Amino acid sequence: MPNTIWVLVELENGKPARSSLEVLSKAAQLGRAEAIVLGSGAAEVAPTLGEYGAEKVYIHDDPTYDDYLTLPAVDTISELLKQHQPTLLLLATTYDLRDIAARLDVRHNMGLITDATDLQFDGDTVQVTVPWGGENVVTATFPKSGTGIVLTRPKAFSVERQEGKTADVETLNVAINAESQKIKILERIEVQSEGPALEDASVIVSGGRGLGKPENFHLVEDLAAALGGAAGATRAIVDAGWVPYSYQVGQTGKTVKPTLYFACGISGAIQHLAGMKGSKFIVAINRDEHAPIFSIADFGVIGDTLTILPQLTEEVKRRKAQ
Amino acid sequence: MKMYVCIKQIPDPNTVVSKLDPNTRRLVCSGVSLVLDPGDEVTISAAIKLRDALGNSELTAVSMGPASAQEAMRRSLAMGVDRAILVTDPALAGSDALSTARVLAAVLKKEEADLIFCSTESTDGYTGMVPGGIAEFLGIPQLTFAREINIEGQKAIIKRVTQTGYQTVESPLPAVVTIASGSFEAIYPTMKGIMGAKKKPFSQLALSDLGIDASEVGEAGAHERIITIGKVEARAAGQVIKDEGNGASAIADFLQRYQLL
Repeated sequence: MPNTIWVLVELENGKPARSSLEVLSKAAQLGRAEAIVLGSGAAEVAPTLGEYGAEKVYIHDDPTYDDYLTLPAVDTISELLKQHQPTLLLLATTYDLRDIAARLDVRHNMGLITDATDLQFDGDTVQVTVPWGGENVVTATFPKSGTGIVLTRPKAFSVERQEGKTADVETLNVAINAESQKIKILERIEVQSEGPALEDASVIVSGGRGLGKPENFHLVEDLAAALGGAAGATRAIVDAGWVPYSYQVGQTGKTVKPTLYFACGISGAIQHLAGMKGSKFIVAINRDEHAPIFSIADFGVIGDTLTILPQLTEEVKRRKAQ
Repeated sequence: MKMYVCIKQIPDPNTVVSKLDPNTRRLVCSGVSLVLDPGDEVTISAAIKLRDALGNSELTAVSMGPASAQEAMRRSLAMGVDRAILVTDPALAGSDALSTARVLAAVLKKEEADLIFCSTESTDGYTGMVPGGIAEFLGIPQLTFAREINIEGQKAIIKRVTQTGYQTVESPLPAVVTIASGSFEAIYPTMKGIMGAKKKPFSQLALSDLGIDASEVGEAGAHERIITIGKVEARAAGQVIKDEGNGASAIADFLQRYQLL
């Protein structure tokens, strides 16, 4: 019997989220991939998931999942877990899936491994690769029987598509408990930022404590704008309230893999490196020649970030205009 | 209102490079500087401000950890928390997120909490699974990634950070609310606060006080096991120069060389 891996596929504006398709593609390489899709549009999306490796898709096309967070989805997956025993529940690390995973772990006494960058099976034992603390990488497993949950690091896997492949679709016959309709979404606000989103940007310019004060963050944004990229930040300056959480690059925050990453006034704490060291080129500017960021930078300048940044922005504009 | 904040003592993320002990396969905590999780300082601050705004409310810090965690809890008292409860027991060493949630939830159930705050995730473990676990054990909703919190009667209404903006989300109380880092300003302990902290109620509980069996927690209860610990392949360092007025143009040259402009 192949190992069965369930993937909860999230919908974004009626389409499967890219993060879910990455995980589904990986699941298909590991064994028999089965997808679960909950919410409005599930029925329309379900047949297309075969192209991303799903052999079977469980759906419940009901808007209750869109309007109420976490609990209805946990109930439905919980019911499904009573009928089937997949080897794994493999989930992308997103805001909503994290909340769902935490409750399922407790409700079914499952076991849960977060931040996985890879996984493989040795027979029916899963071996999960988790980077740990910047210097180490560990392999972890579930020593007890039953389904385990693995949350994967964003962008750990690529989307694989085989056009024309189809999946069996099973419509779930479940009723959503009124008691679970508790966490109600009253409104959704999209905040438009100028330039590309951090996750999609091919150039990212990030700032840290070395900028000195919040008023200097615009120097980072100016360079990002000149390069057509996005601005990012370390946890330290997000914690200090200089910029919103959405800017945070790191193990907590966003994992990014741009072509070019600028670390400006960033010493290179492990928590930050974990989120950006997959970048193709890393350029660092820092006053401290011993800053750990220089050990991974392709090009580094020891100097005053506040002096170099505006000069570089001008230089970039000048050379681009030529 | 009976308000609670779950906190944690961790190796100082600003000075300590976290290491795993190859034998116990646990985080090395001995011989390193331990502090109240900096994320928790923000969460505590948000909870204190809300308590003061609501009035007629009490805020209690709850933690699970070794006896040394008392220091982190004293800091929360110095910041303005009213009392502290520490669960400490040798059997808890090696607990996973599920066990931690089980223990904290047992305390919060006894206390009949109305509103529970947690950081979205700790700065050492990063799993972010404990708050949702507590909520599940208690059978109450969790409101996560809050950047703004309002209490109206028996309802909590929060602004919740999302990938592309935010959502306004409402739920009945009791509930667990997690705080998005960077959304609230931290309060720093004053001298008066530090002195006053010594007189505030501080209780210590063992597993037996909570009716939890040792087999359900710690290493024995863990559902995950580390099989191997390896080294990450280091990324090779490149060229580093000193800025002598040419830093900006040297970077621009580098960008042009690799066609990044």
